Amino acid sequence: MKPDSDVSVPGRITRDDVAYVARLARLNLSDTELEAFTGQLADVLDHAADLEALDLDGVAPTSHPLPLSNVLRPDVPAVESADEVDHRLFCDEVLAAAPAVEENRFRVPPVLGEAP
Amino acid sequence: MDGWEVVIGLEVHAELATATKLFSGARNEFGGEPNTHVDPVSLGLPGSLPVLNEKAVELAIRVGLALNCVVQASEFARKNYFYPDMPKDFQISQFDQPINGEGWLELPDGRSIGIERAHLEEDTGKSTHVGGGGRIHEAAYSLVDYNRAGVPLIEIVGKPDLRSAEDARAYVSELRAILVTIGASDGKMEEGSMRVDCNVSVRPVGDEELGTRCEVKNINSLRSLGRAIAYESRRQVDLITSGQKIDQQTRHWNEEDGRTHTLRSKEEAFDYRYFPEPDLVPVAPSAEWIDEIRAAMPLLPGERRRRLADESGIHPEAAALTVERGLDDLALAAMDLGAEPARVLVHVENNLADGQGGLTAEAFASLVVMETGGDLTATQAKTVLADLVDSGGDPVDVAAGHGFEAMESSELEGLVGGLITDHPEDWEAFVGGDEGERKKKSGFFVGQIMKATRGQADGRVVNEILERLADGT
Repeated sequence: MKPDSDVSVPGRITRDDVAYVARLARLNLSDTELEAFTGQLADVLDHAADLEALDLDGVAPTSHPLPLSNVLRPDVPAVESADEVDHRLFCDEVLAAAPAVEENRFRVPPVLGEAP
Repeated sequence: MDGWEVVIGLEVHAELATATKLFSGARNEFGGEPNTHVDPVSLGLPGSLPVLNEKAVELAIRVGLALNCVVQASEFARKNYFYPDMPKDFQISQFDQPINGEGWLELPDGRSIGIERAHLEEDTGKSTHVGGGGRIHEAAYSLVDYNRAGVPLIEIVGKPDLRSAEDARAYVSELRAILVTIGASDGKMEEGSMRVDCNVSVRPVGDEELGTRCEVKNINSLRSLGRAIAYESRRQVDLITSGQKIDQQTRHWNEEDGRTHTLRSKEEAFDYRYFPEPDLVPVAPSAEWIDEIRAAMPLLPGERRRRLADESGIHPEAAALTVERGLDDLALAAMDLGAEPARVLVHVENNLADGQGGLTAEAFASLVVMETGGDLTATQAKTVLADLVDSGGDPVDVAAGHGFEAMESSELEGLVGGLITDHPEDWEAFVGGDEGERKKKSGFFVGQIMKATRGQADGRVVNEILERLADGT
């Protein structure tokens, strides 16, 4: 999926925006909460706007607070054959913890529409 | 469809050929008992943390180099959505900083197709819909297997440079050949390790502006790809010519009824709320690492086609099948040993569909030399070749074992004479016919002689005898 380039820069965040984001995140917010979070989120965005007022040409965006890159692991399976039994027990335990299982698979309610 | 142009852009997902998953040491292996190639990371258990697989990054860079992409510093992002195939409720992908930026792919006919980007992401689990005939909208419930969850994928986003179903198939075949050649993926569409999503739009010929596009998903073979494009472009043209508008949609290809069906419209499109993945630091491959990977790259299919074409004097497109079968090294070696290039390629294309088996370049070359030298007929050469593929050996011995010897022409002449006496009408038609008729009848006579000699006769010699006898009357 390509990033959309036409995302408009919002003005001050509205109660509807907050309700929309809450819905996307499957959060059930009461009217009081919606009111409170709209104010709080607006303050956060105001702070970001303050930063935008600075001259930051030539400063790379910070995507991560740690001064690290290229943290990699070798492509080696974690489970050696000697650990197969332990691994099997782990898998069984995981399945046993699920509300419903069929043929070693997790049984879930019907889903409408295809995964993206 | 006269007067309309179809515009196609493809998004290809390929599973990378690593031993383990993108962010954990669980196995990356097709099949297996459900939910056994799993661990806390691929199950999204609380507290588990992803660590990036070095090999997956290396393979992604190989893909980038093979597609002439800019390989660059990159970051991972969370793509948020709620669907049981991703138990942690987001997929780790790359968004605004993919590891490979713009590039291009050259089709066998020489045209260049733009690549927008090629980025790393994790695969999802596999859902099976139960009830409602397996159809997603009518299912009673679904079963999920997370063996595939977290398997490394490269998503290759092509530019809308393709103009027909044939173009699209050629692009996917070439891309698959490249991925297999560089060892990035096994490219098996039937096992789902390579999947194609197809963006289709139509516009009147001559228009510059792109029409509204629809994305078609669930395409599982090259054949389906062609059929889906044919159906979808027809559907769009019909809508426009009947005065309706194209609604930007995601559509689902149904193999059984040969149609595409609405999955969701743009208004229902997901808002994925991408943001930088806090659990992973950026990946910025050093120039040294990229150079090292570049130095270890094998020859790509396009380069191999050009090499074979240069050596044998054919058009690179005609070398495609030989390269696709991985027999170009054998063919080149046989040519180096003195075998006639045209004959070598005929055998590779017609008689070596299942690979070279026990056939060595030396045996191949000596077989072709025997054939072009007249010691073996084409039919005999084919028989000997099949034996060499099956069990190796020296073509001289194998030919002797079959009792193949070039038939004396006097013996053949007798046979041809007898045949003429038995079929006077065919002979008349041959002698008095125009070029086309003559060719047809000579085919008949040669066929009869081949039958009588069980393929031992040399077709060219039979033809010479026929011509000589015809000129004599």
